[in-house]
This record gives sequence, C-alpha cells and structure tokens, in this order.
Amino acid sequence: MSQYLLATYAVEGEVPGAPMTPEDMATFMEKVIALEAEMDTSETFVFGGALHGPDAATVVHSSEGDPIMTDGPFVESKEHIGGFYIINADDLDEALAWAGKTADATGHPIEVRPFRATGRVEDWRGEG
Amino acid sequence: MTPTVAHPEATDVESVFREVYGQAVATLVRVFGDITLAEDAVQDAFVVASDRWRSDGIPPNPAGWIVTTARNRAIDVLRRSARGRELHEQLGAVTSEEVGSGAEGREEDGPVRDDQLRLIFTCCHPSLRTEHQVALTLRLLGGLGVDEVARSFLVSESAMAKRLVRAKYKIKAANIPYRVPAEADLPDRLRSVLSVLYLIYNTGLDDPEQASLRSDAIRLARALVDLMPDEPEAAGLLALMLLSESRVPARTADGALVLLRDQDRSEWDRTMIEEGQGIVRACIRRDRPGPYQLQAAIQAVHCDADSVDVTDWPQIVALYDHLFSVMPTPVVALNRAIAIAEVEGPGAALTALDTIAPALDDYHLMHAARGTTLRRLGQRVAAKAAFERAVILAATEADRRFLAQQIEELAEDALR
Repeated sequence: MSQYLLATYAVEGEVPGAPMTPEDMATFMEKVIALEAEMDTSETFVFGGALHGPDAATVVHSSEGDPIMTDGPFVESKEHIGGFYIINADDLDEALAWAGKTADATGHPIEVRPFRATGRVEDWRGEG
Repeated sequence: MTPTVAHPEATDVESVFREVYGQAVATLVRVFGDITLAEDAVQDAFVVASDRWRSDGIPPNPAGWIVTTARNRAIDVLRRSARGRELHEQLGAVTSEEVGSGAEGREEDGPVRDDQLRLIFTCCHPSLRTEHQVALTLRLLGGLGVDEVARSFLVSESAMAKRLVRAKYKIKAANIPYRVPAEADLPDRLRSVLSVLYLIYNTGLDDPEQASLRSDAIRLARALVDLMPDEPEAAGLLALMLLSESRVPARTADGALVLLRDQDRSEWDRTMIEEGQGIVRACIRRDRPGPYQLQAAIQAVHCDADSVDVTDWPQIVALYDHLFSVMPTPVVALNRAIAIAEVEGPGAALTALDTIAPALDDYHLMHAARGTTLRRLGQRVAAKAAFERAVILAATEADRRFLAQQIEELAEDALR
C-alpha cells in the first residue's frame, strides 16, 4: 500500500470555481462530500483540507537558532496549493483513478505526488 | 524455436540477445519487482552466455537459459546486500515457484508472454512523458543498448542514461504498476502503446541514419499482435508499418523524397505488401475499425494499384472520410484533401486545403500540398510561394531536396 498526495492549485485572485451561485456551490459541496464518502468507504481517505490563500502564509527561517519571519508564501508564484487529500492506494493507477474523480468533483486539475515515506522519521529511517 | 547452432558467429549471438532481451528483462521484473536489478542481471547473463554459447552453441531455448542464469545472478546480488537479504526471504517462495526449473522449458511460454505485455504497458504508462516512454520501450523491450537509444534521439549517451534513470525512478517512486490494465482502461492505455511504437517507426522513416528503428518497431508490433491477438488496432498498426515499409525502397531517389505518384512501383516489396494486405483483410472481416486499421486500409488500396492513375481514389476518399470521423485531426483532413484532388480535381482540393490551412500553417506538408495543387491549377507564383514556405518548415533533408526540385520544375513550367 502506498500513499499519495492529491493537490489542487488555485490561481491568485481567482477563488476556486468563482463566480458561483448558491446553487452551484451546493452542487459542488454535494459532489465533494460524495467523493469523500466514497474515499471513506474504501479506506482511501487519510487526511485532507482546504488551505487559506498565500496572503495568510508566513515563512520562518532559522538563523543560528533565532527564528526570522517573513510575510507571504515561500515561492512567489501566481499559483498556490489550494487544498489536498492524502490517500491510500495500491499503486499509481489507483491513485490516478482517485485523482480523476477529484478533478471531476472539484473542476480543478489535480497533481498526484507519491510519498517517499510517511509517518515519523524514526519509524522509517534506514528503510532506504 | 531457435535451432542449436554449433559454433555461432558473434553476430548470431548478438541477434539472439536482442531477440530475447525484452522477454528476459520482463520476466525478471515480474519476479523481483525492480527494473534496474532485472536489467543488470540480464546483462550479466549475456556476458556469461557470450562466452559459453560461442564454444557450446546457442541452446534450444536461449530465453529460458538467460532467464535462469539472470535469476541466479539477481539472487546472488540480493544475498550480498543487507536490504536484499530481507527481500530475498520474502521472495524466496516466489522465485522457486514461479521461475524454478520450468524457466528452461517451453511451458513457461504463457506467463513469460504475459510478462512482456505487462512491461510494455509499464513502459508506455501515460504518466510518463512520451520521450521517456519511447526510450524505455526501446531499451527494455527492444533490447537496444543505451548508446543505440541515445543515437536514435540524437542525444549523448550520458544524457540518455540520465533520462532512463529518471524514467525508472518515477516508475519505482510513484509505484507505476506492472500489469496489463483493466478492461475499462485498456483502450486508452493500448493507444498509448501503439503511438509509442508508431513514433519509433516514424523516427526511423524520417532519418535514414536510424533505419534500424523501423525494424525494431515492426518487431515490437509483431510481438504485441502475438500477445494481444484480439486487439484489431494492434494488427492495424502492424499492417500500416508493413505497407509503409514495403515502399521504402522507392520512397527516395538521390536523397530526395519521391511522391507516391512518381515512385517506381516495381521496387515495392511484394512480400510485405501481401502480409500487410492480408492483415487488413482480416481486420475488415473483424469489423471493429479504428484509426490504425483505417490508415492501413488506405495504404493497402495504394499498394493494390500499378500506378497512380488506376488507384481507386474514391475508395481512398471514403476511407479518409471514415478516418476523419474517428480521428478528426487537421493532418487527416490534409490527406483527405490530397485524395480529393484525384477524384474531384485540384480546384476542389484547393478549397479543402484553404479551410485547414490556418490550423496547419507550421506544417511543411500542408504548404507542399498547396504548392502541388496550385501548380496543377497553373498558379505558378502562388505555388512557388507555397513551396518556399514549405522548404523553411521542412524537418528532413529528403523533404527539402524534394521541395527544391518542385521549385525548379515550376521555373521550367514557366519556360514552356
């Protein structure tokens, strides 16, 4: 069993799916809730969430033990990660099938990234 | 079955290697689940074989011999590494059950054939970029050396080695499965495999230095048809390649492309034409047409005719109409327009060409077709402009020479 990150990107200034009527929003929510229910039934869903925009981001650097903060995201870009799921899947084909369903439900392209390792470093250290 | 040869030449051993490489790697990948380990082990087995076979002769089942030797090598490698010992224990049951002594015998044919099919689908997985799909297919299934694959792409050996490492890294990291896709995904995934093989063939067609890629592509397509006899599109692709290949001897003269209408048809390879046409007829009986079968059918009609004048052009236009309905691309529309010129005359063809011109403004063959059509309509100035635009866009030397000839002939027309 592998784990994959399914990430969706939002373009700055564009609220995902906007402009949305309340009806559109209700349909969107229904689709996503149905998708997540399907992920739950198949024990695919590990974690997921929608992120606030890059305006809410702070980057912390460490300078000889002293934290230095900077306002804004680490990468200055028009596109930012808007939300993600972490899923269990047997292989890439299964992950891609879930990504297809997620893209369909959200109307956004989904980037699929395999995890090199998951959990605490101590648990997988030495496994290569 | 390869007959036992007592004291084979080095070249015989080479060609057997190339023949069995894909099969051996595919089986080792199934057993060990690791492409690099499988490749290294098969390489080692070839080194052993190249000594032994030259003195003892090529064994009756060289693939089985290589698989057994490579499997033993891989197990040795695994035993030597700490991580490998663990893996080896897990695999212990698998290796003895699945390969065991049977690898030497023909009864392994079934699973071994499936191994190759699985590996083709892994190499052509749509999550890999096209150039990686092609490189992996040539390397792992075609048995080409890294240097040979590099030459086919006009890149350095080290650049190709890096490309292959990256592609194999993704297969492993993303856990791209090693299996024939489920029924629902099969049409899409097979399309990806077929387009990789066709791309390999066309690379060999465009560049005379890479002619061997054409035979590699045909060999791989034959293997695919053998593995998936119920897939008419795989058969269609093989027929398309054979019919195209049959005309290669007449396709160029003095390094310049020769148009179908001007080719010396006695130079066409009748054996390949017969095989290709036989496949097309079988496809028609099966009646599950697709883009490759239709393109092969068009080529089969061309190959049926002794000259361009006795070609069944209405049949070709009808096939292009059918092809356009399943593959509505501007390039298909372009070829259809060229066929229309032979049925309805150059005026109708020009009208059709003008409709698709904006979509293909960067494609030299569109401008070449316009040039030819305008010339037939007596519009020499416009024809010259079209050919000149085509020369600038042409990618191969043969195309450029052909177009230069057209421009010269236009000048001669003017003097008449």
